[in-house]
Amino acid sequence: MGRYVIRRLIQAIPVLLGATLLIFVIVFALPGDPIAALFGDKRPDPAVAEVLREQYHLNDPLLLQYWYYISGVLFRGDFGVNFADVPVSQLMAGKFQVTLNLAVTALVMEAVIGVGLGLFAALRRGKASDTMILAATLLLISVPTLVTGFVLQLVLGVKLKQWTGADIFPVAGVFAGWRSYLLPGFVLAGLGVAYLTRLTRTSLVETLRADFIRTATAKGLSRRRVIGRHGLRNALIPMVTYLGADLGNLMGGAVITETIFNLPGIGNQLFQSVYLREQPVVVGIVTVLVLIYILANLVVDMLYAVLDPRIRYE
Amino acid sequence: MKRTAPEVLPAEGGLGDEPLLAVDDLHVEFHTRAGVVRAVNGVSYTVNPGETLAVLGESGSGKSVTAQAIMGILDMPPAVIPQGEIRFKGTDLLKLSDDARTQVRGQRIAMVFQDALSALNPVFTVGWQISEMFRVHRGMSKSDAMKKAVELMDKVRIPAAKQRVHDYPHQFSGGMRQRIMIAMSIALDPEVLIADEPTTALDVTVQAQIMDLLAELQRESQMGMILITHDLGVVADVADKIAVMYAGRIVENAPVHDIYRAPAHPYTKGLLESIPRVDLKGQELYAIKGLPPNLLDLPTGCAFHPRCPYRQDNCVTSAPPLYEISGTRSSACHYWREVLDGEQQ
Ligand SMILES: Nc1ncnc2c1ncn2[C@@H]1O[C@H](COP(=O)(O)OP(=O)(O)OP(=O)(O)O)[C@@H](O)[C@H]1O
Ligand SMILES: [Mg+2]
Repeated sequence: MGRYVIRRLIQAIPVLLGATLLIFVIVFALPGDPIAALFGDKRPDPAVAEVLREQYHLNDPLLLQYWYYISGVLFRGDFGVNFADVPVSQLMAGKFQVTLNLAVTALVMEAVIGVGLGLFAALRRGKASDTMILAATLLLISVPTLVTGFVLQLVLGVKLKQWTGADIFPVAGVFAGWRSYLLPGFVLAGLGVAYLTRLTRTSLVETLRADFIRTATAKGLSRRRVIGRHGLRNALIPMVTYLGADLGNLMGGAVITETIFNLPGIGNQLFQSVYLREQPVVVGIVTVLVLIYILANLVVDMLYAVLDPRIRYE
Repeated sequence: MKRTAPEVLPAEGGLGDEPLLAVDDLHVEFHTRAGVVRAVNGVSYTVNPGETLAVLGESGSGKSVTAQAIMGILDMPPAVIPQGEIRFKGTDLLKLSDDARTQVRGQRIAMVFQDALSALNPVFTVGWQISEMFRVHRGMSKSDAMKKAVELMDKVRIPAAKQRVHDYPHQFSGGMRQRIMIAMSIALDPEVLIADEPTTALDVTVQAQIMDLLAELQRESQMGMILITHDLGVVADVADKIAVMYAGRIVENAPVHDIYRAPAHPYTKGLLESIPRVDLKGQELYAIKGLPPNLLDLPTGCAFHPRCPYRQDNCVTSAPPLYEISGTRSSACHYWREVLDGEQQ
């Protein structure tokens, strides 16, 4: 296992380099001049602009610029500074915390609601409640996050507050502590809840058809034990895998939710930095996101090995 | 955890006249979208302690469904049992409550399945799976139950049992896996063991070892055994009597030697003639002509009549009852005398 982890980490290096280079090139190819953007509406003094260009290596060939950047990240943990001279790492730290809180809230909601509904539906397969749950997941999948976001914000946030006078679900910012994350967390989790419900249902239904379930019944075990112990333990494998892989998706996919709910997270920052053409910030955020994806996948693969003894990593 | 069997259940021991297990006129249907599949249409057979009943018949004849009905592991729905009794020491299992039924399953009547790789749970160690019987049904501690599992694995002759209890099913060979399946089924000394094609998934040399093991375990414990098989060669060695099934019915019931000497049903005769024989080497094997019946739409009269060389007009219209030939023998053929005498029409 240890050697497998090391090998996977080594394999991750070219992926990380490739992804960051790609992002670097894309950001570089964006139209407009970052130095001009820095000055906003004013026209930059050509001499000052030139000094800034030199300082940020903007006159060097693209690959060399990339090398300056990535070597700083890799060898010094230095993500550079933005044009206002704030270190990117410092800029990111707080934002990542917000996004991580949001993603974990969403993940917990996915796990609790998705797995719960999925199990319920699987055990009532073919009955009215099962059909209703499936229809609800379909609805959740087909309505865009933008719509669910605004609707829930209006109904559960604004209107509910007007009716009850209590701010149960704060709708903007992170001023109310963990409660600030409930509504955006749910909006972000929506798609995942739907997928996980379906995955859980399918997985358990499939598992309960397996021969070893028949064996467990033939051993004289109670239905509760047959399903809860023999069934669930097997059905769990794809569910856990999905949840693990989804952490990366949730962090990277929080842009819309963070914008709707005005959360100062990484998605919001990414959006602004792309707009401002802050190369180092954009590339820094994406680099860290790629890293999170890679690590999440590694963790998932290892979880897989723990859950399914048939899988051996050598 | 209940450890004593409910009172409705027959006590261990004394049987009187009642067989250990008696399946009596059992019917099983599956209500599917395509219609009603009549998988079992009046099966009767009995097993006594220390006796091995071999159940023969081609694929789809209802052997496994009958066994699953005895175990009570049919999915209902789609399965329905409209008629019949399954008496275990005189008590009709079909009339028991779910709870009482669960007490019989695995403890008093156990089953060995065909494909041990898929029948064992892939994510638990074999030791965990065997010891589960003791933990759940006998309330033993984990470590005591594990010791029992090692003993059982020794008993079914798995080498290095003490180390191998911690291995997972996929780490064993096919034969060893089937031994584990057997160890698990005999864990609580069941009175009846049903083995549904226990050797089909194995290669020939291993098949013989597994059959020997089953026979030996049975001799020791005096279990009644129902051995479902396609392999007529195996049957002659281990079985005391044979029940031949066709289209969900018993067509012939007989002691093993009688049947090999002279079958009393045209279908049995066809089966026996399709065994490869050394003295007829090089000749083409006999095969029963025609196709197995459609269980959604069974033929009228005798279900075998479309394929039967002995067919007469009344076979098409009237279904033969199980004619008693002797105290131990019966045949569901109007013309069993002719078949027995070997007169071909
Ligand atoms: N759940 C089910 N739904 C519908 N039909 C079923 C179901 N289970 C079994 N059957 C049908 O019942 C019939 C008898 O099946 P069974 O498994 O008892 O045959 P078998 O004699 O054991 O054959 P084999 O030698 O292939 O194991 C088959 O035609 C099968 O299609
Ligand atoms: Mg079968």
